[in-house]
Amino acid sequence: MDGSAIKDALSLMDERGSGEGAGYVAYGIYPDFPDCYALHVFFDNIVEPKSKVDDLLSKWGVIVHQEEIPTYEQPRLKRQHIPWRYFFKPNKDLMVGSLTPEEDIIIKTVMGINSGINGALVFSSGKNMGVFKAAGWPEDVANFYRIDSYKGYIWLAHNRYPTNTPGWWGGAHPFNLLDWSVVHNGEITSYGTNRQYVESNGYKCTMSTDTEVVAYLFDLLGRKHELPENFIVKALAPHFWDEIDSMQPRERELNRAIRLTYGPAMMNGPFGIVVARSDGIVGFTDRIKLRPLVVGDDGDRLYISSEEAAIRTVDPDIENIYMPKAGEPVIGRVVI
Amino acid sequence: MVLDEKVVIDARGIHYTPLNELIRQAVEDGATEIVLKNVLGQRFIADALKADVCIEIYGVPGGDLGMFMSGPVCIVHGNCEHAPGNTMDDGKIIIHGSTGDAAAHSMRGGKIFVRDYIGYRGGIHMKEYDQKKPILVIGKSAHSFLGEYMAGGLIILLGIDQKGPYFERGIGSGIHGGRIVIRGTVDDRYLGVGARKMELNENMLCEIHSLVKEFCNYFNIDDKPLMDNDYTVIGPSSSRPFAGKYTWE
Repeated sequence: MDGSAIKDALSLMDERGSGEGAGYVAYGIYPDFPDCYALHVFFDNIVEPKSKVDDLLSKWGVIVHQEEIPTYEQPRLKRQHIPWRYFFKPNKDLMVGSLTPEEDIIIKTVMGINSGINGALVFSSGKNMGVFKAAGWPEDVANFYRIDSYKGYIWLAHNRYPTNTPGWWGGAHPFNLLDWSVVHNGEITSYGTNRQYVESNGYKCTMSTDTEVVAYLFDLLGRKHELPENFIVKALAPHFWDEIDSMQPRERELNRAIRLTYGPAMMNGPFGIVVARSDGIVGFTDRIKLRPLVVGDDGDRLYISSEEAAIRTVDPDIENIYMPKAGEPVIGRVVI
Repeated sequence: MVLDEKVVIDARGIHYTPLNELIRQAVEDGATEIVLKNVLGQRFIADALKADVCIEIYGVPGGDLGMFMSGPVCIVHGNCEHAPGNTMDDGKIIIHGSTGDAAAHSMRGGKIFVRDYIGYRGGIHMKEYDQKKPILVIGKSAHSFLGEYMAGGLIILLGIDQKGPYFERGIGSGIHGGRIVIRGTVDDRYLGVGARKMELNENMLCEIHSLVKEFCNYFNIDDKPLMDNDYTVIGPSSSRPFAGKYTWE
């Protein structure tokens, strides 16, 4: 589906934002470059920072194609950066000794650019997918990128109301690394602990806001440690100890082991989160349900949203609509 | 001025501010019945409205339906989002569906009837004073922290069509007034801090039965199976259960 209905659904919740950040991610939008990593970059200008990024990428692989991301001026949206995209093939022979050389090169270059090259920020780095975001209202950001001209099979969209970190283009959601994209409503008060944990595992937090750790936690636990989604959610939003104590022995051992192993990955604070990967999505909230989450399921399509009205904007007659239990993952898989 | 007038408003695509202006204009013009069609996500409907009017809502009203409302009856044909009846003063909200979190948040008077489910923290911080006593009746079930920080009023959970006893944690967590009535038995481990079970007395049962009848009447449900004394009453463990929490006397 194209992004027009997503734009309408998100704009219905303008009340939840402040015009300082909105964004979209769609999977399946670059069928012409299915094997390339699509790197979306915000440049402050296309002279010094861009030449440095070009050099770095050319060292680590081949830039198959690159162009400015087409944008269309919106009266209420102030252009702060130049959105650019590269279709990049890493040279896996250069990452000796790694089981996942391509991904490791991408993470190394993304983290290297974001922490080392002033005036350049990679905000999207997966295959056949892309994030589009800016500081503005949902409908303006959608029109700025003409989001309705992209056709994807998974969409996430987010409207931001920054509270304790700055509202800027890089701070808008979704946050992305490789295949993972994250949208989040709430605050992660355990950010300090979680950040230390991901940084001790080689990630660098550069977006000045809490949500990016969720993307790195999913990459670490999901891709590197190969945990399935429901185990990742158990690690990030674990059961209370009294609940674990009253479980059957097998289940109790499992939950105890995950909670003890992944203590520093546990997230505290209010959150409603949806994470996407090319093969599906997972949505969950904090254990005591301090943020809303509504699910709509029409058999072929799964919707997860903060408000039922947004789901009904896309699918007015959907019948199966419900509120999942706090901390329990809602998982949607792509079926081809 | 025209009396007993029915006014129909098509809310499709209208932001809540002009929608509420239309509602207030209709009330001012003497409407006693207002029908809102195609409502989708508009917040704050009928907020702070003081009137003797019935508002029928078709669709999904946004958060804080009937906040500070004093007098009107809102009948919702659909689900509600968060906090319908937030700090509501008087009147009724009858929901033919379910609601999001914090239904009846800080409610101070009037009645809310929800046919199906409510989200987390239903009836959080409900309060009562003198003749003002808010009532929340839920047909099917409620998520955790029902009646959290409750200071007054009455919540009745009927558990219609539910398999087994109620099993959500933190019932009446931080409660210091009011009563939570749950159909069937409730295991002690689901009680929140400061909550305890209480005796179901004759007066209470009378009040429950009267509200159950009213509930069943709105939703066309047979009240007979609910007219027994199989209810658990939960209230504060003392009149000041948290007196020593932050200060010492």
